[in-house]
Amino acid sequence: MLETYIRSRLAEKKILLMTHIVIGYPTLEASLEIVRSMVEAGVDLMELQIPFSEPIADGPVILKANQAALANGVTVDQCLDFGRRVARQFPIPFLYMTYYNILFKHGVDRFADGMQAAGLQGAIVPDLPPEEATDYLDAMGRNELSPIFIYSPTTSDARMNTIARVAAGFVYCVARKGVTGDQTEFSQQIGDYLGRCRAATHLPLALGFGVKDKADVDFLAGKADIAVIGSQTLRVVENHGVEAMANFIRQIVN
Amino acid sequence: MLKRGYYGNFGGAFLPEILVATFDELEGVYNQARNDPLFWQDYEQLMSSYSCRPTPITDAQNLTRHFGGARIFIKREDLNHTGAHKANNVMGQGLLVKRMGKTRVIAETGAGQHGVATATMAARFGFDCTIYMGEVDVERQRPNVFWMEQLGATVVPVTDGTRILKDAINEAFRDWVTNMDSTHYVLGTACGPHPFPEMVSWFQSIVGKEARRQMLEREGRLPSRVFACVGGGSNAMGIFSGFFDDDVELVGVEAAGRGLDSGEHASRLCSGDASVGVAQGYKTYFLQDGDGQMRETHSIAAGLDYVGVSPILSDLKEKGRVRFEGATDREVIEALRLTMKKEGVIPALESAHAFARAFKEAPGMSTDEIILINQSGRGDKDIFTIADAFDDPKWKQFIIAKAKQYHA
Repeated sequence: MLETYIRSRLAEKKILLMTHIVIGYPTLEASLEIVRSMVEAGVDLMELQIPFSEPIADGPVILKANQAALANGVTVDQCLDFGRRVARQFPIPFLYMTYYNILFKHGVDRFADGMQAAGLQGAIVPDLPPEEATDYLDAMGRNELSPIFIYSPTTSDARMNTIARVAAGFVYCVARKGVTGDQTEFSQQIGDYLGRCRAATHLPLALGFGVKDKADVDFLAGKADIAVIGSQTLRVVENHGVEAMANFIRQIVN
Repeated sequence: MLKRGYYGNFGGAFLPEILVATFDELEGVYNQARNDPLFWQDYEQLMSSYSCRPTPITDAQNLTRHFGGARIFIKREDLNHTGAHKANNVMGQGLLVKRMGKTRVIAETGAGQHGVATATMAARFGFDCTIYMGEVDVERQRPNVFWMEQLGATVVPVTDGTRILKDAINEAFRDWVTNMDSTHYVLGTACGPHPFPEMVSWFQSIVGKEARRQMLEREGRLPSRVFACVGGGSNAMGIFSGFFDDDVELVGVEAAGRGLDSGEHASRLCSGDASVGVAQGYKTYFLQDGDGQMRETHSIAAGLDYVGVSPILSDLKEKGRVRFEGATDREVIEALRLTMKKEGVIPALESAHAFARAFKEAPGMSTDEIILINQSGRGDKDIFTIADAFDDPKWKQFIIAKAKQYHA
């Protein structure tokens, strides 16, 4: 189970690192190389985004990666093959991240059954609030997969408690308003917010949106359990190539 | 936890967590307004003094004679301020923005009508205003961009995705998730997450309420068929809602573009190319591929060029209460030409879809039947698009000469 893995890793290190890739960006082959570099450099878990044509929660960097992957002709079946391949090949937990229409059109049950068979551990579906998630929760639960839900600074305490009742694995805490990839100020405010999240759930907490370097991750150590780096890894690939990834991750992890 | 805003199998609120609180607030203020009889009074008062409500219905005797079948009447939403039904929704939401104490509005626009309407509302109420518009639409609707900017709005061309209406909606959502404390998103049609489909339909119901009353006052009876074009579906919801409880056939006309078999159209409910999906926060029929990726759409009318459709209309289709048909670009041009020549009114390209279908059906109906067409907007401001569609040589000469003046 995902939560058990996270707890055992947390016994060894203060904060874990989760990274995000868009499958098929810049190419499927490059995606595989990026995953390999990230795992070898010490990433603890990873989100594999299945590209969608309308990624409303994503900022410009991830949005463009979604579009580029789709323009390259990447299909959902290819993404699921990719997920199966990396889950077999590499020893860390992998999650899918995508928008609900991808699951809905594929068939929610079929999607979850496929994840289980392929060795994926869970999924993050940012446009699927618990109110709309009955089918998804059933399918994930039946397959012992973790449905990762989201807290935001605008989520009330009462709603955090409600979400905690259906979430599993960990809770993804969005650091601020806005979309992925914008600047986040890592201040006392984030500490207070994470305190509020901690009071609402016993699950481990991941924090993402705007986490970009070692200083940010160090700030989060002791406050969150997992730091999530998304847009910044895409920027590293865009600016310095796939071969720069291992170093980027290593200097954060060490 | 409660599912909200469902119409049969369609609708819902597929929201990113960051927006849930904002939607709770909006739903609260909307319900309050809806339960407050004074609110609707204020709204009607505003629309009669700031816009041209009630808009008339016109007895189109020349068209009736031309087709020799049912009598044709036209509901004149083109006479609203800013030239379309869009103002109804925008002014209504403006009143809600005041109630919420917000100071900035954002909107998406396709044809530019909703953008212009939002910009006038923002000017009138003193709100800051940003309009998101696909780059393709910015190019084909420059006059509307000019007006929005003159009215004080910032127009942001959206260069992502297919660069049309749906992409403008995505971009408006991205703005909203950042600025929701100060900002209200004035969604322009009866789509999106709950409560938008219901709320926009409610504001637009002013069209149907008037039309029903006007038909009874004038003719002592109701039309047998009502035609409205369907992009997102707000003008159709507006006029149809006046006749839901009556024995009146309701016909929604979608953009058949270059033909329903061409793959180049925007028909979600009358073609086999759409399927049920979830995007932009709600569940409805979308033009999408087998993976769930949205497809490119085409229509001569920017305002109908949208991948989704009101979830309320999807439900009404499944229930058989509304019939959906398509009108091709070519049929639309012909209908527009004929309407201008015969009646001296100039429908928008969007509205001309409803005319095109009504003209197909009118000759087959009896002379004591009545057809009501919703002229949702006026076409004279689409002069560039319509002149292109008519391929008018004198207009081209004028543009070439005008361009030379700017070069000089």
